[in-house]
Amino acid sequence: MTDPLALDPVLAPSDRSTATPTSTPAPTRAHDEAYDAWFERFEAHLAAGGTVESTDAMPDEYRTAVLRFVEMHANSELMGVLPEREWLMRAPTLRRKLALTAKVQDEVGHAQLLYRVAEDLGKPREAMFDDLLAGKTKFHNVFHYPTKGWADVGMIAWLVDAAAIVAQMALRESSYAPYARTMRKICWEESVHIMHGRDVVITMATGTPGQRADIQDALDRWWGPLMQMHGPRSPREKDMDLRWRIKAKTSEELRQEFLTIYVPRIRELGLVIPDPELRFDETVGEWRYSEPDWDELRTVVTNHGPMSEARLEFRRLARAETAWVRDTILAAPQAA
Amino acid sequence: MFRQEKDGDPMRHGGSVMAPDAELAMHYARELFGRRQESVRLWIVRRVDIVDLHDPDLLQPPLDRSFKKPGGYVMRDKLAAARAAVGQAKPKARSR
Repeated sequence: MTDPLALDPVLAPSDRSTATPTSTPAPTRAHDEAYDAWFERFEAHLAAGGTVESTDAMPDEYRTAVLRFVEMHANSELMGVLPEREWLMRAPTLRRKLALTAKVQDEVGHAQLLYRVAEDLGKPREAMFDDLLAGKTKFHNVFHYPTKGWADVGMIAWLVDAAAIVAQMALRESSYAPYARTMRKICWEESVHIMHGRDVVITMATGTPGQRADIQDALDRWWGPLMQMHGPRSPREKDMDLRWRIKAKTSEELRQEFLTIYVPRIRELGLVIPDPELRFDETVGEWRYSEPDWDELRTVVTNHGPMSEARLEFRRLARAETAWVRDTILAAPQAA
Repeated sequence: MFRQEKDGDPMRHGGSVMAPDAELAMHYARELFGRRQESVRLWIVRRVDIVDLHDPDLLQPPLDRSFKKPGGYVMRDKLAAARAAVGQAKPKARSR
């Protein structure tokens, strides 16, 4: 999924990788006819369903757009484990603890895979961490909120992952082939997280009145961020990510898809979705809902959310504490 | 020798060639695995450069890892109980 509010690309020209020996060198960027013709052929290749490998020549505009998209996704996987890791030691049973630990491990693994994809586009991993921690790049809105109870853990694993997978499924056909291949593996793993989350929520739904109240309270708090998650509606024709097939669907298409699948599944548990306007409009075949709070989205993704600073600070601390490991590993080949 | 069958596909192991150097290996690989236009890309890697991990203790440990698989979560009965508790019928497929 992309964030329409994302900051400008942060890839300095000096950080961009040059074409590898196996690829045709890209014509240098200038307003000359050769470049324009090449750019046109590249766009035609994408429009015809063509794919791009990391070693292929590609225009800087495309490289930067893919990098921004993948880097934001990688950041979100990395930061997304923090709300859940807080509950590892408080999981109610051993099996839940194993499942949550496996989920956290999976998400960090996704960050690894995605940072690799981004690195190959020319931005060093350390630069991506620097930018994330300095607030120059973003991570998804849903990871800026506190997890107040075990019900939140279920709600995140079920509905946050569900909203994410709706977007991620569409990315398996991305024109950037290394990203598309990575998304096929990630979607396979995410589907288990949703099962785990739904299992937690259904278990609580059949539990005590207190547990039922907890999941309703969690839904009340998470519904707003969930509706904001895919971003505001944006015109398809202006979206270069769509034009270049980096992604396949608009934010509104993703939100509609999420609602179609999950509203019935939420309601069948007797949970009340906290939006009196929410209904399916048969005449236009679309869900109607209260306008999501885009100011809240803007505030939160620019690191002014309730937990933004605490989570970034935790990541800074973890990075500082593990610096010696990276230093040792990177120094080893030189010493050998 | 790894080959990609069409654009966007993963590289898959397709076989091996014996050659004294990388350039000849490339020519052999092209003749063996690319002469019917069945590949769009080949990777030729020296066998000694491949790190082989084939240890069942690491890859197939005899532990219950069902919590990592979709089949590890059977919700049918619980879901029926949850629906019954709130008087909900099983929704029709693709119901709105």
